[in-house]
Amino acid sequence: MTLLQVENLSVSFSTPEGSVKAVSGLSYSVEKGATLGIVGESGSGKSQSVFAILGLLASNAHVSGSIKFNGRELIGLSEQELNRIRSKEIGIIFQDPMTSLNPFMRVSDQLSEVLMHHKGMSKKDALNEAIRMLDAVRIPQARERVNMYPHEFSGGMRQRVMIAMSLLCNPQMLIADEPTTALDVTVQAQIMHLLRELQRELSISIVLITHDLGIVAGACDHTMIMYGGRMMEYGSTLDIFKMPSHPYTQGLLKAIPRPDDESDELYSIPGNPPNLLNPPTGCPFAERCCEASEQCEARAPALEALSGSRLRACYKPWTPPHRKEPPAAGARLELEAGVRGDVL
Amino acid sequence: MLSFIIRRLLVAIPTLLILVTISFTLMHAAPGGPFTNERKVPEAVMKNIEAKYHLDQPLWKQYLYYLGDLVQGDLGPSFKYKDHTVNELISSSFPRSAYIGVLSFVIVVLLGVGIGVVAALNHNRWPDYAGMTFAMSGVMLPNFVLAPLCVMIFAVYLKWLPAGGWEGGRIEYLILPIVAMATSYVAQVARITRGSMIETLNSTFIQRARAKGLPRTHIILRHALKPAMIPVISYLGPAFVGIVTGSVVVDKVFSTGGIGQHFVNGAINRDYSLILGVTILVGALTIFFNALVDILYTVLDPRIRY
Amino acid sequence: MLLMGKDKGVAAMAANMGKYKGRSLWADAARRFARNKAALISLGVLALLLGFSLLGHYASDWSNETIDWGRLSNIYEQGQPNLESGHYFGLDHVGRDLYQRAVQGSRISLMIGVLGAFVAVVIGALYGAVSGFVGGKVDSLMMRLVDVLSAFPFMFLVIVLMAIFGRNVLLMFVAIGAVSWLNMARIVRGQTLSLKRKEFIEAAFTVGVHPMVIILRHVIPNLLGVVIVYAALLVPEMIMFESFISFLGLGVSEPQTSWGALISEGADNMRSTPWMLAFPMTLLIATLFCFNFIGDGLRDALDPKGN
Repeated sequence: MTLLQVENLSVSFSTPEGSVKAVSGLSYSVEKGATLGIVGESGSGKSQSVFAILGLLASNAHVSGSIKFNGRELIGLSEQELNRIRSKEIGIIFQDPMTSLNPFMRVSDQLSEVLMHHKGMSKKDALNEAIRMLDAVRIPQARERVNMYPHEFSGGMRQRVMIAMSLLCNPQMLIADEPTTALDVTVQAQIMHLLRELQRELSISIVLITHDLGIVAGACDHTMIMYGGRMMEYGSTLDIFKMPSHPYTQGLLKAIPRPDDESDELYSIPGNPPNLLNPPTGCPFAERCCEASEQCEARAPALEALSGSRLRACYKPWTPPHRKEPPAAGARLELEAGVRGDVL
Repeated sequence: MLSFIIRRLLVAIPTLLILVTISFTLMHAAPGGPFTNERKVPEAVMKNIEAKYHLDQPLWKQYLYYLGDLVQGDLGPSFKYKDHTVNELISSSFPRSAYIGVLSFVIVVLLGVGIGVVAALNHNRWPDYAGMTFAMSGVMLPNFVLAPLCVMIFAVYLKWLPAGGWEGGRIEYLILPIVAMATSYVAQVARITRGSMIETLNSTFIQRARAKGLPRTHIILRHALKPAMIPVISYLGPAFVGIVTGSVVVDKVFSTGGIGQHFVNGAINRDYSLILGVTILVGALTIFFNALVDILYTVLDPRIRY
Repeated sequence: MLLMGKDKGVAAMAANMGKYKGRSLWADAARRFARNKAALISLGVLALLLGFSLLGHYASDWSNETIDWGRLSNIYEQGQPNLESGHYFGLDHVGRDLYQRAVQGSRISLMIGVLGAFVAVVIGALYGAVSGFVGGKVDSLMMRLVDVLSAFPFMFLVIVLMAIFGRNVLLMFVAIGAVSWLNMARIVRGQTLSLKRKEFIEAAFTVGVHPMVIILRHVIPNLLGVVIVYAALLVPEMIMFESFISFLGLGVSEPQTSWGALISEGADNMRSTPWMLAFPMTLLIATLFCFNFIGDGLRDALDPKGN
């Protein structure tokens, strides 16, 4: 059953220099209990595309298109109506656990206020529930720690607190916006591990945003690759890794350092992300694409279905390779953060 | 926590001592004594007077005498008003200044914080513009301009309120002094409150708190108000001293008989012990309230370690 | 970690720096300042005020010292501001031409404001920069001194100085300026400290750039904005300070005058000759507003973070 249905979503920001188009014509859906990975570089619009779901964009943002959650349109809802969805039906965690918690409030108050407000719990019940949730996200001595202030927690622990906070009301969906970017590699692995465990226990849908393909590989059913505010490629994670069809995805996969690679140099895609203030008329990636043609620069390619649920926006003809290609190592890339730590 | 408070208050003592020493030295380094302007008195009488005020002793001895008296809370006799001690002069005028001051301070806090918060919540809308126009005018209008202006409008032309005097602190005699006293402070507090409230509302943790689905008023009151108040409090500490010790201008324009008059008169009459006494009183209050602000910080901001 | 996303973006950006048209910080600031209407108008008004104070005395045949005996007997009626008699601002309580007095007072007030601010900025910026850059024990000692000094009721000190050492305009510059550098020192020290911790300064240290070069090329240009803004806001403060002291009768003395002294005389005579209060008050308020608008404009222009 489809939980989240995003259609033709566009987000632009009006700035003194002109309108900045952060997201253009994005469509995707998330099934109940499924995990979608959204991958892209900084500034590819991936965070803005999910902030739009909860109405958390800055005040100079303009949103168009449709976002349906459980069949209900979210775009155009009032702040009050959104407040009944935020945290209660859709939880969100952010990439900066160091600054996301209120430094002036005890963790206990920051957790229990959510329950008191959304579930009408008493202060005492809410506190007990908060402690239970801190236990669930594997925070040791939760009963004592709950009375501390955020600065008394480490970065990883704060992210656990954030996760606990976002799950307090048993939401149906969790948005994780680069949840491990600000954390150490070992802590990253722990947090990803925790997220997957929680998902199994609570059968919750997760939209995971990251710039790290390795994280997607270990955690997501489907993966969407974004570039310049547009979807470049979409498919099952397995397909994306095994048979990347878009030059950008191929570039990304090539950039993953491999232990069996003898060469000293790391591959990197040449060039810079496009300037979204004056977006290119054609394919946003054309400037950096070694296979770009005049057609690519003139007009952006539309999304086309390849096989099954796979989508791709590229003019280049593509046939699925018959044998395993080197870039896709193994059928299921268990590229968990911990393993990647070893890779480094 | 308690040990921090005690430590912080103890640190204030050497600061106060430095203050006393500098003031004392400056006062005595000045050429001409309080009695040089007076008509010639016989040498013997002059000697007597000087002996009475220890002026015949070396400076360091005078200093020690002064410190000894100060520890017992005695600021010495006034050089000019010979029948009065400095303590008497201060205790007759300070309550008036403090009375006007405390009332003004209450108004400053309520009105200043109120205007600042309303302006911040309506950032770039008309309440913001209105509040900030007032604040900007208030900050820029010096009280020695505002005070005579008030007298001219409300006392001379409209004749609504008396132009000055004390009359036992009746309300109609207090209104204009309080307006003259409080306006610039209200404006400053409003400006600081607005600025820090806007900054707090734009901070990451408030933006993130929106994702919790809590009502806006809850976020403002429970999440934003406390951090936003911290810069305001650091301003209010010294401001409280300035307000309570009264204003030279208010005393001059409205003849309220507060402590400010003694400063100007003391300076003009070279009444060293009076100036010294008032300086030390104001300085001690400043130091004390700075310490109080530091202590308040640690209560408000859990990140500050003590 | 996978070399992608952020790291990669930065690397690529560095390689392609030339592609993007760099906008100079100062050109950017000038553009932002030019957009601020209030600041621009204030700049114009201030230029007029400056012209008034320097050249205004040519516009009237009266002098600031002679007494108009003919009108002295009935100032309340004949001494009112009047274009025909040439007393544009009227007469003061002893029969002198208020217009010429105002020109004279403007000159002194503006001069004290600018010079006082200059003294304060120079002392404060040097003190703060040294304190912040040297750091460590020297820093905490220097700042402790600033703390002690700011606990001192300096307003009173200036009053005392003026009373004891006589009323001397030069001494007043020094006294006011010397009192007002404390905040400047704090601000510059804070900026220097935070600059020192910035990556680009640390990077310069790491690659062995000489500290003097770092100060000249990185620290000072980055401090300049703050200093300019603060200096612009300090001038009205100085003018206010001087006027306040003159208002108490402790500032400039006759035959010289300043806005504060004129306002003081006006306040004493406001029942009979209200124009004596109105004109100097208007001049003072206009100047204070102009400087504050300009200061705000400069702050917005030089501190893009605020937007």
